[in-house]
Amino acid sequence: MYRYDEVDYRIVRERVEQFRDQTRRFLAGELSEDEFRPLRLMNGLYIQRHAPMFRIAIPYGHLASRQLRRLAHIARTYDKGYGHFTTRQNMQFNWPALERVPDILSELADVEMHSIQTSGNCVRNTTTDAFAGVAADELIDPRPYCEIIRQWSTLHPEFAFLPRKFKIAVSGSVDDRAATLVHDVGLHVVRAADGEIGFKVIVGGGLGRTPIVGEVIREFLPTRHILTYLDAILRVYNRYGRRDNKFKARIKILVKALTPQGFAAKVEDEWLHLKDGAATLRDEDVAHYASFFGAPAYETLSPNPEAFTAKLAEDRAFARWVEQNTRTHRQPGYRSVVLSLKKTGVPPGDITAEQMEAVADWSERFGFGEVRVAHEQNVILPDIKESDLYEVWQLARSQGFATPNIGLLTDIICCPGGDFCSLANARSIPVAEAIQRKFDDLDYLHDLGEIDCNFSGCMNACGHHHIGNIGILGVDKNGEEWYQITLGGSQGNHTAIGKVIGPSFAQADVPLAFEKIMNLYVEQRQDGERFIETVRRIGLEPFKERVYAKHH
Amino acid sequence: MRSIIKDGQVVTDSWAVLRPDENGKLPEVAPERDVIVPFSAWKAEPSAWQNRAGQVAVWLAPDDEPGELAGHLTSFPLLAVDFPAFTDGRGYSIGRLLRERYHYRGELRALGDVWQDLVHYLWQVGFNSFEIKEGKALEDALKGFGTFSERYHSTWREPEPLFRRRNTNHKSVA
Ligand code: SF4
Repeated sequence: MYRYDEVDYRIVRERVEQFRDQTRRFLAGELSEDEFRPLRLMNGLYIQRHAPMFRIAIPYGHLASRQLRRLAHIARTYDKGYGHFTTRQNMQFNWPALERVPDILSELADVEMHSIQTSGNCVRNTTTDAFAGVAADELIDPRPYCEIIRQWSTLHPEFAFLPRKFKIAVSGSVDDRAATLVHDVGLHVVRAADGEIGFKVIVGGGLGRTPIVGEVIREFLPTRHILTYLDAILRVYNRYGRRDNKFKARIKILVKALTPQGFAAKVEDEWLHLKDGAATLRDEDVAHYASFFGAPAYETLSPNPEAFTAKLAEDRAFARWVEQNTRTHRQPGYRSVVLSLKKTGVPPGDITAEQMEAVADWSERFGFGEVRVAHEQNVILPDIKESDLYEVWQLARSQGFATPNIGLLTDIICCPGGDFCSLANARSIPVAEAIQRKFDDLDYLHDLGEIDCNFSGCMNACGHHHIGNIGILGVDKNGEEWYQITLGGSQGNHTAIGKVIGPSFAQADVPLAFEKIMNLYVEQRQDGERFIETVRRIGLEPFKERVYAKHH
Repeated sequence: MRSIIKDGQVVTDSWAVLRPDENGKLPEVAPERDVIVPFSAWKAEPSAWQNRAGQVAVWLAPDDEPGELAGHLTSFPLLAVDFPAFTDGRGYSIGRLLRERYHYRGELRALGDVWQDLVHYLWQVGFNSFEIKEGKALEDALKGFGTFSERYHSTWREPEPLFRRRNTNHKSVA
């Protein structure tokens, strides 16, 4: 993991002091509400339904055990004993008091954490594949580049006041698990014919009100140029992005207005005089950052040890969990374990202080003290020996983390919705729970197979409902909560935006609609077809007919 | 005469910033007065402005194109950029472009919604004088320069980004 040096510490501490002073001046009436709002947002502080909502950055989803323990401590001391993992690999607290936020920041700074640019119209937390560094299909480890981008974006003097928020995702593997096609900028690794490694640069993807798949503006950017190229992209956006209408202010609207070619031409022109400048990465610079992400001290193991395979054979529940909630590892004899935060009855992504501490303990006892947060709102123990899996499973069960549903229908990606978020049209948490209850038969759930289900409480799309194979969007109909269902969305290399199947549903009818959709899928699927494949093959019509058929 | 911040000091300043009224008309000023005029007004009749007794400078609005000034930069003792709202960050890019791309070396002034929490960034991208917003104390704004003692980026003030300085200061070069 990256470790702060004296300068990193100093910058974060100075930021804490700056915010402490800004808060003080606001409370003393020296800063107006309009002046303070953008300043506090840039530090992750919203004013929400119940209290301020405070968002902490987890850069590219990486956490050390001591950082997770500190989050547990903050949850207990300053909040109600739990936190919420977001779809952007961050953590949110829903109940802190404004006056105490500077103290929370100070506690975070002690463990190399902060909330810099977790909201506001600036460059947000850079996200990546939660399996970076351990995935078997990786071309490069994206984390050194993520850290380089994190530092570049942190308090960048030119880009503190953009037209709108700006999100960057980096994928280092062939299979894009970082959703690079639906970010303001996506960097997806490519290897050129001569073996040189670079990034494909994708711009203008995004969800929200105007969901759109990004456009490639450069097929190959040598890795050394990423910062100067990002400067050029951001400058074009900063200067020409719309500022008159916040719903048209994202970079995707500008890319559309200029056409992708027109936008690319402006970027290239700007880049001409930035290229090869001082911000160009030398080999030794990349090596410096890569040195923090070396492989931990793995043991030399043979895969599938007797102790593991015997348990697999004798305990069906364990075998199911291994199949569903663990991932292959590039190191023989190891696996990555996904701890499910999607237990029925618990708001998706929520985690208690006690659970955080348990995860921190396990990461030290069985792994190398590292934890990952996935954008699917689950927690990952990246390096677990196969011989330890049985014990880890039992521990995970004791803490309610072992629901074997990763990647299945009930692994619902869900925003906080109307229970917490003041922008919401509808509640998401109780509806997600009702769906989970409908599909609580594990055999049936497993038979349905991989299904991405995403849920947003309003069109801001924090739950990424557009790219769910099945998506739900909360809508407001004359002050009542209704729900629109979309089908056919997907993420990764085949990113697609889902289509609305028809009129929206009352809250109580959503699980039934799901049931009808799943029944039709089961009837129609051909040999081992996944849900999304059936939807693509037969189209939306049959689903519409089934869901909206009149009862007889 | 009013006070502004220039190169980290409070100084008195005699430039008059001319802003159009609601009919688009600029206020009358004595010909010997030094004036900062809208870029659009200067573009309309550059020689008329240049032939005045007093000095002339221009200020750019956020949507002005600094590249259009490229051939004229040495004729201005001062350029200014207006920030109608502090949340409009276009002027930061204009500052960097004037300094880095067009190599402007004279005084670069930030006007408008400019105060304590912004001067640090403005200084980094190349501004060296600041007309602080009405109602905000210059002494407070001065504190803003010291908010951060280090930064990660390549900026006009310090072109070597931190990652390069790190690698020469703390580590042997591979
Ligand atoms: S999608 Fe809407 S309701 Fe959900 S968290 Fe985002 S803004 Fe709030």
